[in-house]
Amino acid sequence: MRFNVNGVIYEEEIDHRRTLLEVLRENFGLLGTHKGCDEGQCGACTVLIDGKAVNSCLVLAISVQGKKITTIEGLAQGGKLHPVQEAFVESGAIQCGFCSPGMIMVTKAFLDQHPNPTEEEAKRAISGNLCRCTGYFQIIDAVMKAAEKMRKEA
Amino acid sequence: MKEELSVVGKGIPKVDAILKATGKAVYGADFSLPGMLYGKILRSKVPHAKILNIDTRKALKLPGVRAIVTGKDFPWGLKYGFTAITRDQTPLAQDKVRYIGDEVAAVAAVDEDIAEEALDLIKVEYEELPAVFDPFEAMKEGAPQLHDHVKNNISASQHLAFGDVEKGFLESDHVREDQFTTQAIKHGFLEPHASVGLWDPSGKATLWGNKQSPYIVYRKLAMALGLPPSKVRVIQTYVGAGFGSARSDPFALDFCALMLSKKTGKPVKFVYTMEDVLVMGEMRHPFHMKVKTGMTKEGYIKAIQAYVVADGGAYSTIGPVSIALPAFFIDIPYRLPNVKYDGYRVFTNKGFCGSLRGHCIAQLRWALGQQLDMVCNDLGLDIAEVSVKNALHPGDETPSGYKITSCAFTECVERAVEASGWKEKKEKLPPYRGIGMGTSSFITGVKLSGHNSASCVVKMNEDGTTSVMTGATDIGQGSSTIISQIVAEVLGLPIGDITINAGIDTDFTPIDPGTYGSRVSFYSGNAAKIAAEDAKKQLAEVASKVMKVPLEEIIFKDRKVFSKSNHGKGWKIDALIRYAQHNMGKESKSIIGSGSYDSGIDFIDFKTGKGNISPTYTFAADVVEIEVDPETGKITILKAVGAHDIGKALNPILCAGQLDGAWIQAEGQLLYEELKRDKKDGHVLNPSFMDYKMPTSMDIPLKNKHIFVESMDPDGPFGAKEVGEGASVAIFPAFGNAVYDAIGVRITDLPITPDKVLKAIKEKKQGKK
Repeated sequence: MRFNVNGVIYEEEIDHRRTLLEVLRENFGLLGTHKGCDEGQCGACTVLIDGKAVNSCLVLAISVQGKKITTIEGLAQGGKLHPVQEAFVESGAIQCGFCSPGMIMVTKAFLDQHPNPTEEEAKRAISGNLCRCTGYFQIIDAVMKAAEKMRKEA
Repeated sequence: MKEELSVVGKGIPKVDAILKATGKAVYGADFSLPGMLYGKILRSKVPHAKILNIDTRKALKLPGVRAIVTGKDFPWGLKYGFTAITRDQTPLAQDKVRYIGDEVAAVAAVDEDIAEEALDLIKVEYEELPAVFDPFEAMKEGAPQLHDHVKNNISASQHLAFGDVEKGFLESDHVREDQFTTQAIKHGFLEPHASVGLWDPSGKATLWGNKQSPYIVYRKLAMALGLPPSKVRVIQTYVGAGFGSARSDPFALDFCALMLSKKTGKPVKFVYTMEDVLVMGEMRHPFHMKVKTGMTKEGYIKAIQAYVVADGGAYSTIGPVSIALPAFFIDIPYRLPNVKYDGYRVFTNKGFCGSLRGHCIAQLRWALGQQLDMVCNDLGLDIAEVSVKNALHPGDETPSGYKITSCAFTECVERAVEASGWKEKKEKLPPYRGIGMGTSSFITGVKLSGHNSASCVVKMNEDGTTSVMTGATDIGQGSSTIISQIVAEVLGLPIGDITINAGIDTDFTPIDPGTYGSRVSFYSGNAAKIAAEDAKKQLAEVASKVMKVPLEEIIFKDRKVFSKSNHGKGWKIDALIRYAQHNMGKESKSIIGSGSYDSGIDFIDFKTGKGNISPTYTFAADVVEIEVDPETGKITILKAVGAHDIGKALNPILCAGQLDGAWIQAEGQLLYEELKRDKKDGHVLNPSFMDYKMPTSMDIPLKNKHIFVESMDPDGPFGAKEVGEGASVAIFPAFGNAVYDAIGVRITDLPITPDKVLKAIKEKKQGKK
């Protein structure tokens, strides 16, 4: 089977029962995508499939052939952090960091579609991802800050 | 003279944030070793039974299974625990199982699927025993006994009395007695437990795991494996949050990873599922509380009494502390002469309870903080004014002997009042809107028996940077950043010049008790400051020699070392470090500073409660404003304001993050979170995040405001006290009081779910309440 992850082509024999999360972590060594609840409730495993944020624990790996997968490892380009990553670092949005890759991916997908969000929209955008450390305030700050950074870059 | 600070007190991003933002931080489940096997745990399906036999023959025949361990594979009868009298846990059940979820056996196989399949092939023969799930039933004569050596299932008890409560109640114009309860909640960290064990041929047992207090794990592993501690090594990975003893203790997976490694000669990895995490211990103690407060009509609190029964679950863990802490915090932040406390922690056939952010102080404060509001309302007094009237002040000593050093409690109340619009809103809001105040005080580094001191090593490198080895464990709260800031400040370096160890390795990092009891900033922060000052002194001596100026004139600033009189002219710090290392003949030396810190206070006497449990205390006043939808019972938090005396905000961004997180975690317990259990066999009914609901971004207050009240503690590093844990206490009564203000009915049992709110509104309309 053929996978396109972060622009890299992986050709692997995959058990058809494996989830995308398992294949990313176990076959491709992309450990930045985290396994929390493993049932689509926490969002720690969020990746992008053709630009759309999904829980990779709920997706069978065989179903994503021919699609473009982006994980947290594919976000920083040329050694430079993506503006969403920068904003998360600067805003205190990262405490234990276990939810951060998922939060960052969901934020990226959201801001690609909504470059000028309200705080309420930002809140809603991350509401499928749990964070037990931050109480979300600084994550929402980060989303707003990232939006500003991305608008400036665009 | 006020010290000019350049790194401490600044909102610097966390030193590990980039690694975490790019997915490069290695957490528990990310760690692997070549050739390793995968382990799975078999849990008891019955709540209380003798184990008659475990037949593993069929499971061992399954292709891919390499080894199985049961209780018999561990030193028989060797138990681990917090103190000698509470050692009641074994790595796997030996004689008995005591709750549904208790660990019975473990398999190592070539992959997780096979290990899982093998669990189904293990046959456990039980002789079922009567079980007990209610703590009051468990205390009765003739109730099923969980542990042979413990009568009436009293796991631990705490009694305390100062002054004369009866006299105090007689002197009061108004006395109330009320009952309150709280529920079981889980820590809710997102990263399940994970560990890799390697028992190497030299006899060394090494464990890699996501541990909050690696030295606790190291000691308990040695205890139950019957090894000298030097034969155990714990290496901490990044930790996907902690919030209490569920991350501090070793669990079955840790012991079994090592024992299965010993059996197979290969490393063995365990990763628990979220279901494992939610079913097993530890969790917050559910509390049943009968509390009594007496007050004069002028608003002076004369006496407080509490009777507490805490449901401890199947094992002790840190039970004696859990039941003692509420006693030790029954009075403070108030100055009151008469208190009495009787608390019992009781064994039941359920997952065991331990510490969780606010460790049992939060539960009693939920009760006492609401009762204070009730008494004030009855007497027509304002809780804010009463709080100020009874407040502790710097220099006070409480009846139990707590020495109040830095204390800005009064200012906390005043600033919370001002920022919340309290005076304009209290009892003046429209129907179904309410405002409530809660107050609290908290430890900064609980001083328990055993190990308390912290240590640190600071190594100055030839390129001018500095490496810090701390014993503190950063579980996300940011201790690595705070400690880096402290060292950078002392040495006149920017934060980017500091490298700090990402984790603990018990063989090599300086010793530190762990991340608990709100001790890290204070104890480990002080140790880091002392270590940095030691390194600074060593390099200053070199500077004094080469610059020919007195030692006390040497200044470290902006990567330079110069003398006061010769401002700006001096040495670049890297050149000076190299000079010290290379050019001083027989006196050449590497600059390595070290520091240890202990507060020096005496241990508290658990029998009487006499003593000083913490080197200093934090104080808080929170005000919460809510709106209740009378049709649905749903509560919306409009605004939360907290004024917190944290000594000094070492990093305002991190401090705000701690306060936010503490509030929202508490909000979950206040509104809906609950680990639900079957009444017949005690099994967890909601062991998944699908059914165990935690707050999302849609549940947070519409507005929140933190006020850091900086009382500059005389003993804290740069004046700092704890910040992350005390913040989760005052919010409990503040919220309860706001609900009362909104609907006119007092809800005394947590969580305050919409159905309870609706029922209360309905009963009030019918005139029942």
